Amino acid sequence: MFDQFDPADDKMLQVIDNNGKVIDKERMPQLSDDELLKLYRDMLFVRTLDFMIVSYQRQGRVYTYPPNYGQEAIGVAAGAVMRHDDWLVPAFRELGAYLAKGVTMKEIFMFNMGFEDGMRFTEANHVLPFSVPIASQLLHAAGIGYAVKYQKKDEVTIAFVGDGGTSEGDFHEALNFAGVWKVPVIFVVQNNQYAISVPVKMQTASLNMAIKSKAYGIQGLKVDGNDIFAMVAAFRYAHEYARREQQAVLIEAVTYRKGAHTTSDDPTKYRTTEEEKEWDRKDPLRRMKLFLEKKKLWSDAEEERITEEYKKEIDRQFMETEQSVKYPLEDAFRYMYAEMPQDLRDQQIEHEKFLQWKNGRK
Amino acid sequence: MKAMNIVNAINDALDIKLKEDKNIVVYGEDAGFEGGVFRVTEGLQKKYGAERVFDSPLAESGIAGTAVGMAVAGLRPVIEMQFCGFIYPAFNQIISHITRYHNRSRGRYRMPIVIRLPYGGGINALEHHSESMEAIFAHIPGLKVVVPSTPHDAKGLLISAIESDDPVLFLEPKRIYRAIKQEVSEEKFSVPIGKAKVLSQGTDVTVVAYGAMIREVQKAMVMAKEAGYSVELIDLRTIYPLDKETITASVKKTGRIIFVGEEPRSFGVGSEIMALANEEAFLHLEAPPKRVAAFDVIVPYPRGEHHYMITPEKIFYEIERTVKF
Repeated sequence: MFDQFDPADDKMLQVIDNNGKVIDKERMPQLSDDELLKLYRDMLFVRTLDFMIVSYQRQGRVYTYPPNYGQEAIGVAAGAVMRHDDWLVPAFRELGAYLAKGVTMKEIFMFNMGFEDGMRFTEANHVLPFSVPIASQLLHAAGIGYAVKYQKKDEVTIAFVGDGGTSEGDFHEALNFAGVWKVPVIFVVQNNQYAISVPVKMQTASLNMAIKSKAYGIQGLKVDGNDIFAMVAAFRYAHEYARREQQAVLIEAVTYRKGAHTTSDDPTKYRTTEEEKEWDRKDPLRRMKLFLEKKKLWSDAEEERITEEYKKEIDRQFMETEQSVKYPLEDAFRYMYAEMPQDLRDQQIEHEKFLQWKNGRK
Repeated sequence: MKAMNIVNAINDALDIKLKEDKNIVVYGEDAGFEGGVFRVTEGLQKKYGAERVFDSPLAESGIAGTAVGMAVAGLRPVIEMQFCGFIYPAFNQIISHITRYHNRSRGRYRMPIVIRLPYGGGINALEHHSESMEAIFAHIPGLKVVVPSTPHDAKGLLISAIESDDPVLFLEPKRIYRAIKQEVSEEKFSVPIGKAKVLSQGTDVTVVAYGAMIREVQKAMVMAKEAGYSVELIDLRTIYPLDKETITASVKKTGRIIFVGEEPRSFGVGSEIMALANEEAFLHLEAPPKRVAAFDVIVPYPRGEHHYMITPEKIFYEIERTVKF
């Protein structure tokens, strides 16, 4: 596959077109009807959850949130391919992958409500916390790759970054280390065309993002990130390759951030409605829905019914989370060190004395 | 027992831990085949293999960032930053991840990472090779910062640092790497992190120092003794967490305190010691707490470095002024 889609030729792996028609039968992944439906439902769930969180933010019930709108296929496809012991190294816009790995909705809510407890990921295996400093997490992936190889374990790491992140030094260091060390790590660039307001053409003079792999002696693949089948095919192939060859891979998933960078951002300031409309035709859910409808596996009525079901469940869990969370003073101190220095303990005790005094005044 | 300098002692600590724990890996620029530019890791690759002791690509952020991933996946990396002046590309990984991962993951992922960092001046080096910027690191919540002044402590503290489940910045006073030889046990032993050591008992003034400055203070103490001043010398050994108890007890006894460091004077470790003396021993003070530290200037190139370095005479001068205040 790497030979046929050489990034130097700027070829992009695409399995279905904008109307949901299969245009590359050979690379269409083997999927049962149940698996097909699960992929679509997962994307629909991510989109519904994402919309709900944005609306909670508008109601002042969560803080800043980075929407996944338009990019659902990438995280869902990664989640569909990852095994229990594989490592997920997130940036912060891969909701489908977190959920697939066992991160709970409540944890997502808690994180966005302002609690570190949301990054405990108690039921998930091998998921790192979200990484806010752009691209810095990719080095962690290379390090995990080294450890896994050293321990002779069969575990693949999938790490995410955005198009803006490819300009950071850590992106290049991570690919370089992974290349030199020959470790099973898949780096995924979600090229959603914008780093907040800066268009991708201002980030790089490279032909595409996948071609950057060549500088580090690893394989690269440019994929239609709004084509769920292309993403599943790419991840399956890269996963198998990384395991078998003990080598890193760079996947560029070409997509479009239909929403804002975060809830604090207003994309109408820096892009046109014409551009947005053009990408509406390439929407990952729309394309898969058209595919499913042709196979008589899906309908508007079913979509409406299941969306309502999702909304109810999301809202129920959100309200439960709202009622259960708390942030005691000690939580600010207790995780700073595995072994807490006495001085830090004293600072907490000193503040507790002040609080006692303060409460006594009322 | 075996006569060791600080280089030998650090090498011995690494050797003992590498033998004992398969999860330990040692890497950095030139740290593998050559054994580091100071030869601190010499012979270890041959003994433990290139999978465990190795040369990394020349990228400090990469070295620190990959250590985070290794720690997450169960290893205990000991990484080397070639010189103090080269650690800054790794600063983001240290302040954004290494010191935060335990808290961010609510205790799920520990960061048993040791960052070895040769530091300090007085070796006629190129620019960027002589700084003492430990205060920057001691200021970061989530990090422990240690600095030995003897071969014995270098070995014992490094063993503690490697066994710590928290990240430790291990400062190596390169000026005295080979200057002091001491009989050190070849057995495994540790020196606890967070414990200062009273090197000499005294009654007139407490001097707090660490690293290469200990030797300079000891030279000043010969002059002080001749002048009839009794100096209590405390080797900090750990900058964070600071051993407040030992310092406070001493200053309460002597009533006077001087900090000696080769760091830029303002906002430094010395400033913290001064604050401690004022907060914890105010009514015992018979003279203003005093910092004998470097100027707030960039370390001059070798021909001008003598202006910058703290000398025994300068330390004695301040001891006398403080005692006579």
